[in-house]
Amino acid sequence: MSKQRILLISCGHFEKDLLESLAHDICREFGYPVSYKECCLEMSGYYHPGRRQYNANDILQATAAVSEPDVVKAIGLHRVDLFIPILTYIFGQAFLGGDTAIASLFRLRNELYGLEPDQHLLTDRFRKVVLHELGHSFGLIHCMNPVCIMRSSTYVEDLDQKKSHFCSTCAEKLLQLRGQYDNDCMKPI
Amino acid sequence: MKKKISILIVDDEESVRDSLYNWFIDDGYHVECAESAKKALTMLESSDYDIILADIKMPGMDGLELHRRIKTLSKDPIFIVMTAFASVDTAVQALKDGAYDYVTKPFDPDDLSHLIRNATAQISLKSENESLKSSLSTLVDVEDLIGESEGLKKVLSEIESVAQSNASVIITGESGTGKELVARAIHANSPRKYFPLVSVHCGALSESLLESELFGHEKGAFTGATFNRKGRFEMADGGTIFLDEIATISAKMQIELLRVLESKTFVRVGGNKEIASDFRVICATNRDLKSMVKNGTFREDLYYRLNVVNILIPPLRERVEDIPKLANFFIKKYCASMSRDLVTIEPAALKHLTELEFPGNVRELENMIERAIVVGNGKEIKLKDLPLGKEKMNSAIESLDDLEKKHIANILSKYGWNISRSAKALNVDRVTLYNKIKKYNLKLEE
Ligand SMILES: [Zn+2]
Ligand SMILES: [Zn+2]
Repeated sequence: MSKQRILLISCGHFEKDLLESLAHDICREFGYPVSYKECCLEMSGYYHPGRRQYNANDILQATAAVSEPDVVKAIGLHRVDLFIPILTYIFGQAFLGGDTAIASLFRLRNELYGLEPDQHLLTDRFRKVVLHELGHSFGLIHCMNPVCIMRSSTYVEDLDQKKSHFCSTCAEKLLQLRGQYDNDCMKPI
Repeated sequence: MKKKISILIVDDEESVRDSLYNWFIDDGYHVECAESAKKALTMLESSDYDIILADIKMPGMDGLELHRRIKTLSKDPIFIVMTAFASVDTAVQALKDGAYDYVTKPFDPDDLSHLIRNATAQISLKSENESLKSSLSTLVDVEDLIGESEGLKKVLSEIESVAQSNASVIITGESGTGKELVARAIHANSPRKYFPLVSVHCGALSESLLESELFGHEKGAFTGATFNRKGRFEMADGGTIFLDEIATISAKMQIELLRVLESKTFVRVGGNKEIASDFRVICATNRDLKSMVKNGTFREDLYYRLNVVNILIPPLRERVEDIPKLANFFIKKYCASMSRDLVTIEPAALKHLTELEFPGNVRELENMIERAIVVGNGKEIKLKDLPLGKEKMNSAIESLDDLEKKHIANILSKYGWNISRSAKALNVDRVTLYNKIKKYNLKLEE
């Protein structure tokens, strides 16, 4: 079966508007149609009481298990604080060239840093994390271009500096990398 | 092609090795792992690594001993030790023995990135010195600075000459000329490119917000501040800070800024620890700072500290010859971002563009093209897809009737001779519009 869609798996409640806007951007940047799926992972198993955070590697595995066979990539959307054993926190996680990615908007909220809530900014940051992690799953590595979506971001303000697009170099690389998933009915982006 | 920087991770814990492996792979490094110091030494017999990241506490040979052994191998990797919080003392011992640095587990992602970028910058500096700085004469990542006019060439050559230094730069230009693009190009071509370019739009923030934005704040500095927040100066450590609309900052902020520029240290809001940061500063303004200094609204000492190099970007009306290239660049850009087939632009429309005044400069042109692609027929941008804009002063003085005729014709053409919509846009009723069409003998052109 040809793989020709990207799957958004929402774990926890996400507004329809947000999902639609994410789908729009993913489709624009990656050239695949996007479909949704809701999923209630039993999150308590991934909770680390000492750190009061959730283990991203475990969640990534669980997400892969609920993905569907005909999708080219799947990304799990979360609202909880993610960590991996060696790092204090992460915004999202994906294996380079892997099938699945995850992203959380927990750390992206202005309120956490003593600032006014800003829904628009939050959506914008989340969009960037999602596109970035999907970029990794397609095999893209970090980019030195200061505004490219594949620039590494460890702080929310880093995210704010980037645009929601691939720079021309990454866009070109993506097109090449995408080749391996494509079939002839795909329209080039 | 440049050789990838290689990293060897030495840790007995599998989850640590895996996590770090994935983290560095994303950064484009060549990464290998060893589960013990002994294994690492075996690997070092046949391979070289630029960076070795080793845990201090490992069963068998520990990280410190591994470091000592490596030093005898006449190899010179950057050695970074990882330590649990409890064994910081041992890490300090490693530093005394010549280790490059240490990190405490679990790492703050930002600290880890920063540490590795520092190491990377050092390695590439070394190899650039060794390989006779051959490729430095071409600018990279300047794809948005389009054109071949003398004005733009001058800007590009100024970027090139200033990029390698640490000098402060003020970029002056009308709004929409692309001051941030110039700042980005300087950063991307400087040795600081491995570190962040941090932008602050000073004009958009109140004094107190700007203060917390620039200097950061401590957890609990005010209600809701759950986490420490780094300020922009701190985030720019190793890199460049871009202060846009510098002319808008208050007298108080001018003093604070001057102090930070002189000492390169500052204190977070609600904190008391002095924080040092190594940043380069680039400012931008559309105002005449020199005259602001003269009339006392901008501090002279700050002005001289910032204005080591001044780059002036000419307004678009002074580089008309760049308009066709720019237009085509934006057409490509927006067709791609809207996932549309590439459109062309008819000669009359292109000519019209070169006749406009463009008070909003390149940004205005960009907006115009984006809009024209949206409203257009999807194949070719027509004259009617473009707004009338303010044309350059015509030498022949036109009568009011002439102007009215032209304006009505333009509106009609813009709305494809839809009378209701055109009348609405002109704020007249349909009968009036019909009468004017008759009066001026306007006809639908094919
Ligand atoms: Zn990444
Ligand atoms: Zn890129």
